[in-house]
Order: sequence, then C-alpha cells, then structure tokens
Amino acid sequence: MKLRRVALALAMVLLLTGGAFAQDTIRIGVYLPLTGQNAFGGQLELDGVKMAHEEIPEVMGKKIELIVVDNKSDKVESANAVKRLIEKEKVIAIIGTYGSSLAMAGGEVAEKAGIPVMGTSCTNPLVTQGKKYYFRACFIDPYQGAAAATYAIRELGIKKAAVLVDVSNDYSVGLAGFFKQSFAKLGGEIVSELKYNTGDQDFTAQLTEIISKKPGIMFIPSYFAEGAIIMKQAAELGAEFKIMGGDAMDNPEIVTIGGEAVEGFMHTTFPYDPSMKDMSPLAKQFTENWKKAHPDKDPNVNAALGYDSYLLVIDAIKRAGNAEPEAITKALTETKDFPGVTGNTTINETHDAEKEVGIVMIKEGKKTFIGTVKPEM
Amino acid sequence: MSLNMFIQHLFNAITLGSLYGLIAIGYTMVYGILRLINFAHGDIFMLGAYFVFFSVTLTKLPWGIAVIVAVILSTFCGILVDRVAYRPLRNAPRISALISAIGVSFFIENLGLVIFTGLPRPVARPDWLVRVIKVGGVRILPLAIVVPLVTFLLVIGLLWVVYKTKPGLAMRAISKDIETTRLMGVSVDKVIAITFALGSALAAASGIMWALRYPQINPFMGVIPGFKAFIAAVFGGIGSIQGAVTGGMILGIIEIMVVAFFPALSGYRDAFAFILLIVILLIKPTGLMGEKLEDKI
Amino acid sequence: MDKKKRNFILNLCGIGLLALFMYWAQGNLDGYKIQVINLVAVNAILALSLNLIYGFTGMFSLGHAGFMAIGAYVCAILILSPAQKQALWILEPIVWPFSVMSAPFLVAVLAGGLVAGFFGLLIALPVLRLGGDYLGIATLGFAEIIRVVLTNITPITNGALGIKGIPSYSNLWWNYGWLLFTLYVMVKFINSNFGNVLKAIRDDEIAAKNMGINTFKYRVISFTIGSFFAGIGGALMGSLITTIDPKMFIFLLTFNILMITVAGGLGSITGSVLGSIIITILLEWLRFVENPLTIGSFEIPGIPGMRMVIFSLALIFIILFRREGIMGMRELTWDGLFARFSKGGKTE
Repeated sequence: MKLRRVALALAMVLLLTGGAFAQDTIRIGVYLPLTGQNAFGGQLELDGVKMAHEEIPEVMGKKIELIVVDNKSDKVESANAVKRLIEKEKVIAIIGTYGSSLAMAGGEVAEKAGIPVMGTSCTNPLVTQGKKYYFRACFIDPYQGAAAATYAIRELGIKKAAVLVDVSNDYSVGLAGFFKQSFAKLGGEIVSELKYNTGDQDFTAQLTEIISKKPGIMFIPSYFAEGAIIMKQAAELGAEFKIMGGDAMDNPEIVTIGGEAVEGFMHTTFPYDPSMKDMSPLAKQFTENWKKAHPDKDPNVNAALGYDSYLLVIDAIKRAGNAEPEAITKALTETKDFPGVTGNTTINETHDAEKEVGIVMIKEGKKTFIGTVKPEM
Repeated sequence: MSLNMFIQHLFNAITLGSLYGLIAIGYTMVYGILRLINFAHGDIFMLGAYFVFFSVTLTKLPWGIAVIVAVILSTFCGILVDRVAYRPLRNAPRISALISAIGVSFFIENLGLVIFTGLPRPVARPDWLVRVIKVGGVRILPLAIVVPLVTFLLVIGLLWVVYKTKPGLAMRAISKDIETTRLMGVSVDKVIAITFALGSALAAASGIMWALRYPQINPFMGVIPGFKAFIAAVFGGIGSIQGAVTGGMILGIIEIMVVAFFPALSGYRDAFAFILLIVILLIKPTGLMGEKLEDKI
Repeated sequence: MDKKKRNFILNLCGIGLLALFMYWAQGNLDGYKIQVINLVAVNAILALSLNLIYGFTGMFSLGHAGFMAIGAYVCAILILSPAQKQALWILEPIVWPFSVMSAPFLVAVLAGGLVAGFFGLLIALPVLRLGGDYLGIATLGFAEIIRVVLTNITPITNGALGIKGIPSYSNLWWNYGWLLFTLYVMVKFINSNFGNVLKAIRDDEIAAKNMGINTFKYRVISFTIGSFFAGIGGALMGSLITTIDPKMFIFLLTFNILMITVAGGLGSITGSVLGSIIITILLEWLRFVENPLTIGSFEIPGIPGMRMVIFSLALIFIILFRREGIMGMRELTWDGLFARFSKGGKTE
C-alpha cells in the first residue's frame, strides 16, 4: 500500500516538474537594423513581421513569441545580436536581415549553432552560399542584375549601357558585375564603367565622361543617398539617357532629395508594391490591413518580405510537426510554391527564393509599379 | 576630349578647388600660430551646414539670415573648442594637443550622429543659384561662379585683416615667436581666440557653400573634405593664406582632371590627395609658398 | 636565490596561471565572454606595437590601420583553402599565385607580420625624415592609400566584398601565445641598449644626434618592428572576427589603438596591456548604453551612437587631466612589487 502511494506521489511530481520543463511557447528571433544607416528598411520589415505575427499568433496549439534584437546596421552588432538570440533567448528559428553584409555576419553565428534563419531582403549570393541553415525569401543579385539587363534590352530596346559603381560597397560592386555580365550576354555593349566611393558627393567628372560616351541607359546600383545626388548632377549636366538602379534605391527620400531629377528613374525590386495593378488576393488583403494598421505610411517590398518571411517560417514549423531546429531546417528546404504577398515562393537548392523581378518607375514624383520581368540568365 | 567637355570639367574643378581652398585657410591659420592640426576644423564645416539646415527647416528663417546665424553659431563653437580642449594644453607637448584635437573631432561627429541621426538630409537651395545656364555646349550652375567669387572676396577680406589691422599684426607676431609676443604685452589667448573665430567662420561659410553645391548633409561630411583641405594647405605652404588657397585650387583641379583624363582611375580618386601629400612632403616639405619653420637649438 | 632566477621562476608561474585560467575559461565561459578575452589579447599586441613606435621612440604614427589591413589580408589569403577562394571571389576570380597559396596558421600570421613589416620599412624610409605632426599626417595618408588600393585590386583582395568565412583558428591559446611572444620581444628590446637609444631619441633627438647616434637608422628599425607586430595583430584579428573588408581599416581603428596606448601610458609595456584590458571591456560594456534599459517599470530607450560619444569624451578627459595614462612610463615588475611589500619590514 505504502509503495503505491509513494509511486503515485512520485509520478505526480514527475508530471508537474516535467510539465514545467515543457516548452509552452515557440520562440522565434528577429534581428534587423532598427537604428543606424539601414534603419528605414529594417523598421519596415519589422512592421511586416509583426503584422503577420498578429494575424497568426499560434502554431501547433502553442503561442509564438517574437524576440526582436536591433543589429544597428553594424556587422559586429549583427553577430552579437544573433549570438544573443541563440545563447540567451534560446530561439528555435530566426528572421532577418536587411543588408547582406549584416546577414553574412549573423549567418556565421547561426550556422555554427545550427539554428535556421530566413533572410528577408539580403540579396548577395554569399549569404546562403555553402550554408545549411540560411535561407531567404528574396531573390539574389545575379538574378536581379540579369533582370535589369533583360528589361533594358528587351523592353526598352537599349543596346548601349554605362555603369557607375560604388567600388567600396559590396552590394554595388556585386550587382554591377551581374548586370554587366547579363547585358553583354544578351548582346548589349557596355560603353563606360566608372567608379566612386561611398560618401562621395562629387560625381561630375565621372558623369561628364559617361555623357560623352552616349549610352542609352546608366545603371547605378547604389544606395539611395548617393543615387539621388548622382541623378541630380546628371540632370544638371544635361544627361539624356535613362537611369536605372537596384532594390537599395527603394526609399521615398529619393524624391525629397532628388526632386525633379529623379523623374523617370527606374529600379528593380521585389514583385510587390502598393501601386500594382493586378495584385493577388493575398497581396490585396495585406495592403488593406496595412493601411488600417499604419495609416501614416505606405507599405513597400520590405514590409511585404518581412510578412512573407514570418509566414514561411511558420509554414515550415507546421510541416515539420515540431519545434526542433533541425526539422524546421529540413522543412524549409522543401518549401514549394508557398503563397505570399510577394508571390509564390519556392526555395531552390541554394536556399534562395526564385521570383519574378518587379520594375518600379518614379512617375510624377510617385513610385509606380510598371511591370515584372523574368530575367534571361 | 572635346573643348566643351574640358571647359565643363574646368568649371567643376574651379568650384571644388575654391571650396577646398576656403577650408584650407582655417587649417593654415591655426597651424601657423599654434603648430596644431585642428582636426575639428572639418567638423565646424559640418556644423555650419547643419545650422543652416535647421535654421531654415525648424525656424523657417529666410535663407540669408539663416546663413548669418549659422556662421555666428559655428564661430562660437570654434572658440569653445579652443577654450576647452586646446587652451589647457598650451604648455603641454604638442602631440597632446593633437590627440585632443582628434578626440574633439570624433566627439563632434558622433554627437552629431546622435542628435541629427545619420540619415542624409536634403538641403533646400535658393532657385536663382541652381538654374542651369547654357553657354555654347557647356552647362553651368550660377553656383559655379558664385562660389569662387565669394571665396575670392572672403580671402581678400581676410588678408586685409591679417596685414592691415592690429589683431592681424598680433597673429603674425605670434606665429613667429609666441613667447616674445606675450612679453610685449599682447593678450595671446585673446588673439588665438580671434584666430579660431576667423577660421571657424570661414569653415562654416565653406560648409554652407559645400551644401549648396552637393545638397546632402550628414554628420561625417566634413571628414574627407577636411583631410583633403589640410593636404591642400600643406601643399601650398603651411602658414601661408595664399598658399592654402592655391593648394586648394590645385588639388581640386587635379582631382577632377585626373578622373576626366583617366576614367579608369576613378575608384582611386581619394588616394590622389594623399599621394600628392606624400610627394610634396618628400620633395619640398615647406610647400609651394611656405616658409621654413625653424627648429631652434 | 638571486633576482634573475627568482624573476624567471615567477614569470613561469605567471604563465602557468594564465594557462590554467584559459583552460578553465574555454570550458566554462560563454562565447561572448571568450570573444572579449580574445579581443583583449589582440588589442594588447596592437597597443604594444604602437607604443614601441610612439611611446618609446616618440614617432607619432597614425598609420596603424594600414599595417593591420596588410597583415589581415595576407593571413586570410593564406589560411583559406583554394576552393573557398574560388567560391568567395565572385566578381573577378582570384589570380595565380594567390589562388593556390596556402600555409598553416602559425606561418600565415608570421607572414602577415613580415609583409606588414616590409611595407613599414618601405614607408619609413621616405617618411621618417618628417617630424611631429607631419609624420602623423603622412602615415595616415599611407594608411588611406593602402585602404583605397585594397578596395580596388579586386582580383587579389575581392575588393569591397571583402573576405568572409575566414577559418577561426584564432583562439585563446594562439592569441595569448602571440601576446607572450610580443611581450618577450618588447621587454628584451626595451631593456637593452637599443631601448635606451630609442628613449633617448624620444626625449631629445637633437641631443642624441650630437652624441653620435644615427637616429634615422634606429627610428626606421623601431618603425619596422612596430609595423611587424601591427601586422601580427591584424592577422589574428582577421581570424578572430572571420570577416574582413577594406571598410574595417579606417582611421577609427587606429584611433581605438591610440586610445588604448595613451590610456595605458605611453612608454609603459604594462600600461599597454592594462589599457587593452580596460578599454576593450569598456567598449563592450558601453554597448549597453545603446540598448534600451528597463529599470522597474520604466523603459529608457537606447541612444544609438552614444557609445562613441562617451568614448571620445573619455579620450579628451584623459589627455586633459592625466595625459600620462594609467602607468605613465612606469612598469610593473617583480622587483618593484617586492620592493613595495618589503617596505613593511619583513626580512627574507
């Protein structure tokens, strides 16, 4: 009799303590630049993630807890942020980040620890290359560069292009290289390729030279700060060619800084924009919900990618059936045709999402989505 | 290269060169008197631009008044820096003052980062300055004429102060022999403060004009132009105002022209200034117009 | 026993204790703390190298970041495998012979130091004729030129993309091992006649010249050795952080090392080590200023950028109020310690 009582008591104790050790919440980490140079993009991505979290706060019956750490647009902070999320906060998956060099710094840490990460808008191929645990919801720069070149040659019919590269910025250098390769492959001619450094403010020498070579289009894969000045100076010097940039130019400050000079400027971006004409029902829903939640600012690709990244991680957890990082990683590699705001996502062998590339133009001071392009690789 | 292109480049070069020259004057004046490289000079330049920006956007002052306010505020900042960070070190080894200068420079830049945030700000420019004028095949902004003109006038004004007024005389005396000047009853600290005031006013003016030419300001905008201007001052002859302006002009022309004639080198543009520095230090350390600063044994 | 033997045994005990501490730390401290301890060692090596040039020989060199960059890049290229190099150089493929060059870690770090030292020699020859502030600006200029060149020679350095995924061989044992080596060399040099000459040149170069010393030769040697160790420090740092790019090696990096050297005490080896410990930990600790703080029910938002504001204020304070730093020119020696404690009246 006594033995049974003891056994029962023991069992109850085990049950209670066992219950205390069980995971009640699913902890997902988020690391983004909320301050510093990339704060604009990071903040929007965070808003997108948070909106998705509000719509889907639970998975497999357990509550999802979002832990957000600011990586301050700095590589060292980025590595620290991921370390903190993994070692201190014990997350099972991470979302982030805007800015490829930040993603690469954080990615090293996550790879060693074996925690899967879903990148939002980091487009440099090195972010996922050779990595088992890093994925991304966006396409990569070779794809983007090819898209810009395809659009220039096939849609705009331009055969001669010039490139102005920020030689001290890895994003710029990479994207310019991919554009050049594709443009030449498709039969175009690069008539001029000149360089500058981040923080430069005088591009008149380079621009005067480019103007003299008479290209049909100038490709400037820069950040919006230099991009706006470049376009202004180009206008002052009487440039008549079209100007095209990459996704880093997606920032409304461009119109404020560049004024009239940015009229007609195009850039590649992810296939979402509130001004799109034929939106998928999911995208429409997202846009409407966003306007309700944030009446003072427009959604953009960053917000959409943040939203999609969250959905992709949750979907992987569902398919894995548990909250083990290894299982989630495997489920992520098997993602196929997952519907999102930025289109259907399939994760390919290099852990990148293959999507169409959108083209946006500044028309009458406003960002207008003018179409998508399937790059000829 | 066509003649039109060359003239275009020349106008760009003269504008850039005048700006470098104006900033260089402040460096050369302070160095001539204190033998101190005022690292914080480039940051006064930055403050001048920001003060104008905030005067216009926050308090909606008309542009001309905003400029005057900005110059006065920057001058005050310059004098403050001397009083707090350099004056206590007058009798210390020169390197201490130099380290202090570096510290002050970083301090102002990072304080600016905290207060103004790192987001580049667009600067509103009065219309008449930026309406493009077409002459033949060359397009120039009125700015390209205004900047060198203003620089010229400011330099003339400064030379008048230095050579025709009592404080100017005191400044020149201090740069020759500070102890003797002190013994002659001159309030050395006051004259040094005046030097900083003049230098800072010029820095602010160049910062404002720089913001007009390149209408985007950020807290670190003074770093590279500051370095280059100092190099220009050394090149032209440290201690000589005419040297500073000449050096600035030459540097501006070299920067634009080398990229114009050898576009492949455009990525190395920042290095030109430093290469120029090394060359002049090796060949003629006193600069083009400089006097030998004697080491008395 | 005589002093020399006693000191030698004490030194061995000290090293033994250090080894024990590192063994314990590897198993018990979390990754973040170990990273900081590693950083302390690397910063100490860098501070010592700058101290040799500036604190002991009186040459105000602002070019340290350039030598660090050279050391870091040379070491990284040597310890990456050819396959990794093919994969990383996505813009312009890496050229032969850099594509196949490879070396074990010890050799790679040494190579980094040697190449940096070589460039130090090249730069010293023309530039050391200048004095004082001009030397500072000239060396700063060279550091910038090095950085701009590294950014542009993409086939060799991968340009702005930098190098990622550097094998992190750099651990506590290697870093402190190199630190001990650096300390040994520095102490030997400074306490020899060579060191006396350097100090003489620092204190009064003209007098030294009048004594018949070829000051130029000694300054060049000091500068070369200093840049050698700067290269070593850079190489270790590259392997520690696992990613390097030209933007890392800006003047700010030299400023940090300068701060450590000044805070510790120009002309004091102990000072450089102490300075490194204090400043490295301070810099990390200051990160909290930029993170939001919750006290009770209040949340004070973090202020980004405050860290560097406080840091630069600290430098200004040190230079205004205590420019000799913590140690001034004094050293912590076994003899000094014993002298202090035996004042209490104890007899041996």
